[in-house]
Amino acid sequence: MPVSVSEPYDLAVIGAGPAGLAGAVTAAEHGLTVALLDASDQVGGQFYRTPDPELRAARPEALHHDWAAFADLRARQRSGNGITHLAGHRVWTVTRGGGGTWAVHAVTGADGAGERPVCVPARALLVATGSYERQLPFPGWTLPGVVGAGGAQAMLKSGLVLPGIGAPSARAGRRARGRIVVAGSGPLLLAVASSLAAAGAKVPAVVEAAGYLRYARHPRALATNAHKMVEAVVHGSALLRHGVRLRARSAVTAVHGTGRVEAVTVSRLDRDWRPVPGTDRRIACDALAVGHGLTPQIELAVTLGCATRTTADGTSALVLDGFQETSVPGVWAAGETGGVGGARLARVEGELAAIAIAARLGGRPGPAGSGRVARLRRARSRMRSFADAMAAAHAPGSGWPTWLAGDTDVCRCEEVTAGTIREAVDDLGARDARTVKLLTRAGMGWCQGRMCGSAVSCLAAAGGAAPAPPGERRPFAEPVPLGVLASLDPPDEDRP
Amino acid sequence: MARTPADLVGADPDPPFEITMDGRTVTALPGQSVAAALWAAGILAWRTTRNGGRPRGAFCGIGQCYDCLATINGEPNRRACLVPARPGDAITTQEGHGRAGLGV
Repeated sequence: MPVSVSEPYDLAVIGAGPAGLAGAVTAAEHGLTVALLDASDQVGGQFYRTPDPELRAARPEALHHDWAAFADLRARQRSGNGITHLAGHRVWTVTRGGGGTWAVHAVTGADGAGERPVCVPARALLVATGSYERQLPFPGWTLPGVVGAGGAQAMLKSGLVLPGIGAPSARAGRRARGRIVVAGSGPLLLAVASSLAAAGAKVPAVVEAAGYLRYARHPRALATNAHKMVEAVVHGSALLRHGVRLRARSAVTAVHGTGRVEAVTVSRLDRDWRPVPGTDRRIACDALAVGHGLTPQIELAVTLGCATRTTADGTSALVLDGFQETSVPGVWAAGETGGVGGARLARVEGELAAIAIAARLGGRPGPAGSGRVARLRRARSRMRSFADAMAAAHAPGSGWPTWLAGDTDVCRCEEVTAGTIREAVDDLGARDARTVKLLTRAGMGWCQGRMCGSAVSCLAAAGGAAPAPPGERRPFAEPVPLGVLASLDPPDEDRP
Repeated sequence: MARTPADLVGADPDPPFEITMDGRTVTALPGQSVAAALWAAGILAWRTTRNGGRPRGAFCGIGQCYDCLATINGEPNRRACLVPARPGDAITTQEGHGRAGLGV
């Protein structure tokens, strides 16, 4: 049977990254009882992923940006009364409980494998589940040694390892090992490349599909977000120091190797991201870290019926009001779930949501018009405008599918090729990702379309319509053993 | 300046321990995931796909993509990027859905 707490918490915060941590700390400081659930054993989320305590890192901040803000939140979380940190809890669904409460269902264990089911009741929810990396396929992207750019950084931050390092190949001498090309689109690439270089990798190139000049179309967003410029300069100068070459308006259009990455082809792109003929260049490397921006992780909220919007780079994010509440009363969201905008924005939104939740649970009509609330709202609006400019600058160009060969796997789990998907679109009349899925099994495997969803919906729209973001509605946000489902009480409270 | 990730953050873990990958001894540091320990040994693939039999290893690094599924101590379909390495763990290449022995 699920382990239940009889008395509901005031607030359940799902996700202990910058947004969730700020929300939990602020809510507790307003007197609420808070359950902070997170899949990891440590707070910080993917952004502040710290080395495991057993690695005893004296300087974890060497791999992080803006560490002081995290250290402050973590200290307040540890010292604050009222926060129950439920570490290692993987939330797989949220249902309506009795008496207007929510029931948050989680499984425990490193990867949720067959362990203890837990149900946490709460009067309000803050969904701070963050994001994961968006991937666009290209020939060779399933070869071992091709890894997510954020994934390379995550493995570096928590496990102190670099991809492709340590394998003595017969031909490559010791000096030649450890070359990691970083490619894709978005500001994360600069941060990833500078972390990898600082940790000893040789980064032959950072390959960015967008042109940085596109930011210049948003002078106001740039002028009011000086910290973002400072970040870019910090990463940029670190790359210069390590001799890393930045190639904008270019993409890795093929990976070469048998069994593992040996080289990549980099092509110049036109404004629609089509490779310019005659510009291919081969770069020898041992790994490729690749990512095309981030996708909000909103399955739990979507399952509850929360409305979504399409962001400037074509992903789906939650629709939120001025105080971070979703379209479903009693469910708030903060950070990347409302649109990708970075850790600083996530902290502001978490704090703002917590103040609003405390007001609602306290029976007040809205958050007091304090200077603090006004300041948070101004900061949020300023940083959201930058996030929108950033998303527009890095939105995938319509020509990226020309990178694909007929035999390029698009769906990694089910091994569905671009050729099979095009056949479903051209010959069988599929016009959306769902129909492609039914006809080809693309997106039907283990990851449930998290890796191929963006690409499939784009290919499905090849007929001319703008690609709709992939539907994120999934019955489970995590795999759960059948025994866990069998032990659930029937949801009879809200039946008519 | 040649340095390692461990140098960069000033890591000082307890001594490494041994796990095996298809019988080959691999050293892991306390606190590393199975995937991190395999990467540190230069091993990038520990699964073959169901249809093409192609090699795969860790891709997303955060438990979203399921490319890093491995058979750990006889149990298939464990996400190696999330599971901590423990002394004596026996990792074996997962072929297909990892349940060939069950005949399903």
